[in-house]
Amino acid sequence: MTTLDRNEIIKQSAKKDSYWRGVWRRLKRNRLAIVSAIILIIIALACILVPMFSKYSVSATDVAAADSPPTAEHLLGTDNIGRDLLVRLFYGGRISLGVAISVTALECVIGIVLGAVSGFFGGIVDTIIMRISEVFMCFPFLMICITLQSIFGTSVKVLIFILSILSWPSIARIIRGQILSLREMDYMEACRALGISNFRQIFKHLFPNVLAYVIVYVTLSMASVILTETSLSFLGLGVSPPTPTWGNLIQAARNLLILKSKWWYWVPPGTMIFLSILCFNILGDGLRDAIDPKMQL
Amino acid sequence: MKNYLIRRILQIIPVFLGILFILFFIISKAPGSITDNIMDPRMTPEMRAALQEKLDPNLPFYVKFWNWIVEALHGNFGFSNQHYKPVVDVIGANIGCTFALALTAMILSMLIGIPAGIVSATRQYSAVDNVLTVFSLAGLAFPTFFLGLLLLKVFAIDLRWFPIFGLSNATLAHAPFLTRLGDMAYHLILPAIVLGLAETASFMRYTRSSMLEVIRSDYIRTARAKGLNEKVVIYKHAFRNAMIPIVTLLGFRIPGLISGALMTETVFSLPGVGKLSVEAVNTRNYPLLLGINAMLTMTTLIATLVADVLYAVVDPRIRYD
Repeated sequence: MTTLDRNEIIKQSAKKDSYWRGVWRRLKRNRLAIVSAIILIIIALACILVPMFSKYSVSATDVAAADSPPTAEHLLGTDNIGRDLLVRLFYGGRISLGVAISVTALECVIGIVLGAVSGFFGGIVDTIIMRISEVFMCFPFLMICITLQSIFGTSVKVLIFILSILSWPSIARIIRGQILSLREMDYMEACRALGISNFRQIFKHLFPNVLAYVIVYVTLSMASVILTETSLSFLGLGVSPPTPTWGNLIQAARNLLILKSKWWYWVPPGTMIFLSILCFNILGDGLRDAIDPKMQL
Repeated sequence: MKNYLIRRILQIIPVFLGILFILFFIISKAPGSITDNIMDPRMTPEMRAALQEKLDPNLPFYVKFWNWIVEALHGNFGFSNQHYKPVVDVIGANIGCTFALALTAMILSMLIGIPAGIVSATRQYSAVDNVLTVFSLAGLAFPTFFLGLLLLKVFAIDLRWFPIFGLSNATLAHAPFLTRLGDMAYHLILPAIVLGLAETASFMRYTRSSMLEVIRSDYIRTARAKGLNEKVVIYKHAFRNAMIPIVTLLGFRIPGLISGALMTETVFSLPGVGKLSVEAVNTRNYPLLLGINAMLTMTTLIATLVADVLYAVVDPRIRYD
């Protein structure tokens, strides 16, 4: 009976990936990171649920109740044409977080493929990709965003496209560096000797080893994309109204009267930006420490 | 070292040309033409076409690019129709403010961030360290514009300690130079604090982690074993080596500092390059936009180069062949 149990246990523990379990165990001990993750989940749920179940819609106006400070009826008050700011805050969160997720996903796809190709094949391919990435890295980032937005217009799709096109080099360089050192290891020598195809070598044998870096990068990148998007929208060059985002909701405060006496217009979105960036940064640091504290990221 | 320097400078040229080429390409695809802003309602289509031919002849894209490069090498970056001035002069009139703001913020953040990082590292996990770590995390997460608005509201509007916008007080236009300089500094305090805060946070973080790494090394233990004073160990032995990565950070922070200055200038309505570029976008002033971008790119590239060279200077262990 006991022997059977032991075999069962061994089988089960072999099934589970002990590496990631170790990471999870170390992450759990970092209370700050766990609290950040919980706050982020709450923010995300609020962004999904509040606009769904609120009795006010994002664009419905009610002039009779315009410009009201927070009341029981409108928990975060209303704007100058009577739109409910609580709904707009969380609907804006959908856009801000949605842009951040899309940009991060797209930049990672581009960056991982180019970085892997660059590190794996080396030689002239590597030189070309690295020179291109240098060009993209030296672009005056905010300026080029502004220029492109002024030309292609200010839609959410254009913004996602521009931000991901400009952000891929950092993850590409991280992946390339890792693959360069992994390529020299014995198990890769074995792969080559076995005649495994290049594609399979990259995605089956090299990629799982850089996955940890990608996960940490994704978390930190979410924070920086949120910051960039809200900055651009604040300048009026990101997502343009009436679509709300955390950035263009704050834009209202460029009016001195609103800045002076109507805090409910701009303090809540600012706080949401601050909180989400803070939590993504803490979670990213926590993940890095749980995976490998020596990681240079 | 000399060879390395030459090679690095030569490497910059293709990158710079590549960036300019892409910028020029994007801007050449932009809607609107140069005659849009200066069109007189009485102008006939023929006159307009003639003006277009004179100001912006219909040449192939690469010929225009080549002409622009040749002109730029002679110091002519085009003409800003909006200001009736050459682009160089327009940028020159605005760059002082951005420069003053960025420099003040940088010095402020170094003066606070580096010592705070050292204290944090030498007392790891103490109460001071925890407070400073929380401060640096918050500093990095605060968006420049939100912090700017908050400080503007509290200190300029509610408490009236600082001016609300601009770089100088109009009533002091004919005051002696020193008064005007003091007035400018007074206007720059809040913006510099806003811009400096994120920089301070990042200096602190880097100094802390770099110091922690150095403090754990063998030669520090040796120095302590010799019976050296703890102050000498930290400031003379550890600090010097910990500074190496910080020096590089200086160069790499420049692009971030520029974007930060752009946001800060917008919040505080300062007449700098940031505000100028937002205006250039809104008025579709493409020659000006191209000029500003070229200048910022060059600044970034030079800053990276200086960082690399400084790195070699402070750390004699690094060899370049």
